[in-house]
Amino acid sequence: MSEPRPRVGVITFPGSLDDRDAIRAVETMGGRGVPIWHADASLGDVDAVILPGGFSYGDYLRTGAIARFARVMEAVAAFADAGGPVVGVCNGFQILCEAGMLPGALIRNRSLRFVCKPVDVRVETSLSALTGGLIAGDVLRMPVKHGEGQFVSTEEELRRLEGDGLVVLRYCGPDGELDDRHNVNGSTGSIAGVRNERGNVVGLMPHPEHAVDPDVGPTGGQALFASLLSFAAAKV
Amino acid sequence: MKVEQPLHRALGLTDDELERIRERLGRDPNPTELAMYGAMWSEHCSYKSSKIHLRRLPTEGPQVLVGPGQDAGAVDVGDDLAVVFKMESHSHPSAIEPYQGAATGVGGIVRDVVSMGARPIALLDPLRFGPLTDERNRYLFEGVVAGIGGYGNCIGVPTVGGEIAFAEPHGANPTVNVMCVGVAPAERLVTGARAVADGSIMVLIGAATGRDGIGGVSVLASRTIEDDAAESRPSVQIGDPFAEKLLIEACLELVERGLLEGLQDLGGAGITCAVSESASRAGMGAVLRLDAVPVREPEMEAFEILTSESQERMLAIVAPERVPAVEDVCRRWGLACVPIGTLVPGGGLRVEVDGVIVAEVPARSLADEGPEYDRPMAPPSTGDGDIDDDPTFAMVTTAPADAFFGVLTSPNVASKRWVWEQYDWIVQGGTVVGPGGDAALIGLEGSVKAIAVSTDGKGRFGHLDPYLGAAHAVAEAARNVATVGATPLAITNCLNFGNPERPEVMWQFAESIRGMADACRVLDTPVTGGNVSFYNGSGGSAIWPTPVIGMLGVIEDHRLAVGHAFVPGTFVYLLGETFAELGGSEFADVVLGRIAGRPPALDLDRERRLQRMLIEAAALDLVSSAHDCAEGGVAVALAESAIAGGTGFAVTLPGDLPPHVVLFSESASRAVVSVSPERAARLEELASALEVPFVRIGESGGPRIVFDRIFETTVDEVSAAYEEALPKLLVG
Repeated sequence: MSEPRPRVGVITFPGSLDDRDAIRAVETMGGRGVPIWHADASLGDVDAVILPGGFSYGDYLRTGAIARFARVMEAVAAFADAGGPVVGVCNGFQILCEAGMLPGALIRNRSLRFVCKPVDVRVETSLSALTGGLIAGDVLRMPVKHGEGQFVSTEEELRRLEGDGLVVLRYCGPDGELDDRHNVNGSTGSIAGVRNERGNVVGLMPHPEHAVDPDVGPTGGQALFASLLSFAAAKV
Repeated sequence: MKVEQPLHRALGLTDDELERIRERLGRDPNPTELAMYGAMWSEHCSYKSSKIHLRRLPTEGPQVLVGPGQDAGAVDVGDDLAVVFKMESHSHPSAIEPYQGAATGVGGIVRDVVSMGARPIALLDPLRFGPLTDERNRYLFEGVVAGIGGYGNCIGVPTVGGEIAFAEPHGANPTVNVMCVGVAPAERLVTGARAVADGSIMVLIGAATGRDGIGGVSVLASRTIEDDAAESRPSVQIGDPFAEKLLIEACLELVERGLLEGLQDLGGAGITCAVSESASRAGMGAVLRLDAVPVREPEMEAFEILTSESQERMLAIVAPERVPAVEDVCRRWGLACVPIGTLVPGGGLRVEVDGVIVAEVPARSLADEGPEYDRPMAPPSTGDGDIDDDPTFAMVTTAPADAFFGVLTSPNVASKRWVWEQYDWIVQGGTVVGPGGDAALIGLEGSVKAIAVSTDGKGRFGHLDPYLGAAHAVAEAARNVATVGATPLAITNCLNFGNPERPEVMWQFAESIRGMADACRVLDTPVTGGNVSFYNGSGGSAIWPTPVIGMLGVIEDHRLAVGHAFVPGTFVYLLGETFAELGGSEFADVVLGRIAGRPPALDLDRERRLQRMLIEAAALDLVSSAHDCAEGGVAVALAESAIAGGTGFAVTLPGDLPPHVVLFSESASRAVVSVSPERAARLEELASALEVPFVRIGESGGPRIVFDRIFETTVDEVSAAYEEALPKLLVG
């Protein structure tokens, strides 16, 4: 008898761009990708939810500021409250921050320019829905592509983030070294991804869904998806 | 308006053209009708100066599904898939407002591809600016790049390539071209050939119509830009990429569900163009109700609604019973969707506002019966001095190493990473090879098949010899595609020239067409469409004749594609022959400060054999890298392979030509390939069989770059110089 394939919902907001890519990545890694429409009231039968990258509503206002009011977001919050894994990638991360489901905010890159390139990120904790199969210090390669990915937070929040181990990923060099040169967008503490207290909600700027297929780039996303699918399967 | 002039002249129509309209209508046109003719008979829409020449281009072949005349061309790539592609210029608006000019250029070309029923899967941006030492050129360059990124990144279509060059004549008039590639099941292509019935409804989808972009085709794109350019700024449209993204998804859903009889993008000349072309293609007429068109502000005049170039709009032709279903899809995507008229028998296009007829003209007369000119041509009288003063035989005192770094760090050659890192080149997950290679490679979903795309234009060559410039552009574009292992199939083009009313510009145009036609014939890459952009000049100046070629190729298995990066431990070969040809070269420009001489000769049969060899070598998995030799010659080709692979080389360049000639000659039909030693014999056999000259020039490996008995340096030093050159220039 085959293992049940975890069902991973991927939300399409108006202006989502990497929704199809996220579904493809889920399927490649052995899960089942389930499209979810932003105006739906329910997530349906899913074991995990991904808020994909893109420019929801054009992001003409603050990134994610409109999408957080999408109808489906109430269901996402309830799902997260119940312990369900929720992952926000890039614009999805921005939306989760706007929705108050994750700490911090994403502002324009230090360069003031959009940046699209592969980067290395260092895993900071295993205690998240996305990194359960990894250990702190692992280095993963995957692309970033964003104009507004500079992570910032208040001093107090930052102390909590660092003190409670809520930082999941940091931009680093190929050997895991942290320095300004490898901090691709000028994020505070080189932070590339964070989690909530329970670890079931994770946001990250890099795109693991574009780092699964070796034919089109690096493969650092495979381990993150594998972890997410295990986390989701455990909840099935 | 500075000078009182008759309305038709203000709209860009000549006295003769007005007379022609009178004859066609059998009466005087009213002002609304005149505005419609002014837009549709503009150079931009009617191709009135170019048509007579464009007919000489080869456009047929078994691979061509849709040739010129539609919104975009389409070729058969097998597996019942059609690849749709088209290139266009947005130079005029970009000269006035670089960000929005470039952004809306992206939007327009994407809609062209969508209107064929294809999903856009790649964008490429060929750009030309004046030298970056000038502050205004930097402003234009940075604005255009930001605009391309700002729009392209937001609609989820990867920007995978293009090319950028800098030259003085493109200072006042930057050249901003954009190419879009899309894919669709072949049987689902939306073409004019579809049966459209009497009573079909014309449905306007997307943004409301405003006063932006009125006169875009006639005021901006069909005249030279003079000192009052700032006054033209209201003619530049403002882009809304979010609306475009919704429009893409909604239109593709409508096509996939079979709800449409036709689909057309609203670009130049707005509703007038879309409606008259849709009706004319169907051999029908139309009744258009302008009061139904959603507008952004009250009391817009009929002519404003008719010629507005507001972005992010499409016109769908829908059977009456399917209109509700179309409305449902659009509502779901949050888009306005309004029936604005009906196709009717006969050929008349009647425009009504609240039941009152404001214009009534034959649809064909707008779309297909514009004027056609055989404009006078004459070769420029000053050109020969440049040609005869060939730099190939100039006295060179610059040391080879200095010349090498000079050429490598020239902004025409240096890394364009600063540019393409601002573009999302990975969205959609199909980018097997992104920017920076010979050609971009996009995998087709669910298949190992991939398409290869390259854009090329040869500025200096075209300036010195427009025939050769265009032929080289085709050859190089095809070579780039063949270098990655793909078979070139067909081209689109964007023909950027000065004022066609000047005989020397018209001569340049005709010569370029002749060169393009000859090259396309021999290389079996027919022309599926394109765009002509005239009036790229100010006062007595003009840009260099710049035909840009967009080449499409296909590779059956992208896992066999070849990159240009060296790996250690290979034999390095130079394919093709090097001649003493520095005319129009990067070396002559950068090191000698001269743009002169005769461009390299081009033997198209030799070119075809080289390309066949590259394609077969890839299919047989013989080579570990391949790279085209172009600007900067074999020296730059080798350096780029070393940089890409972080691997050095040691070579001895053959022949007894002076060092600077063997290093920097831009002789055509050459490539640098590397091959593991055990496969070298097979590579040589293949080259011999295909009669491609070859020389083993050295080996790859280690941190050093050694040109034996000429100079040596290191990969690190070369990489740093190559990568830092452009950012350094932009600091100003």
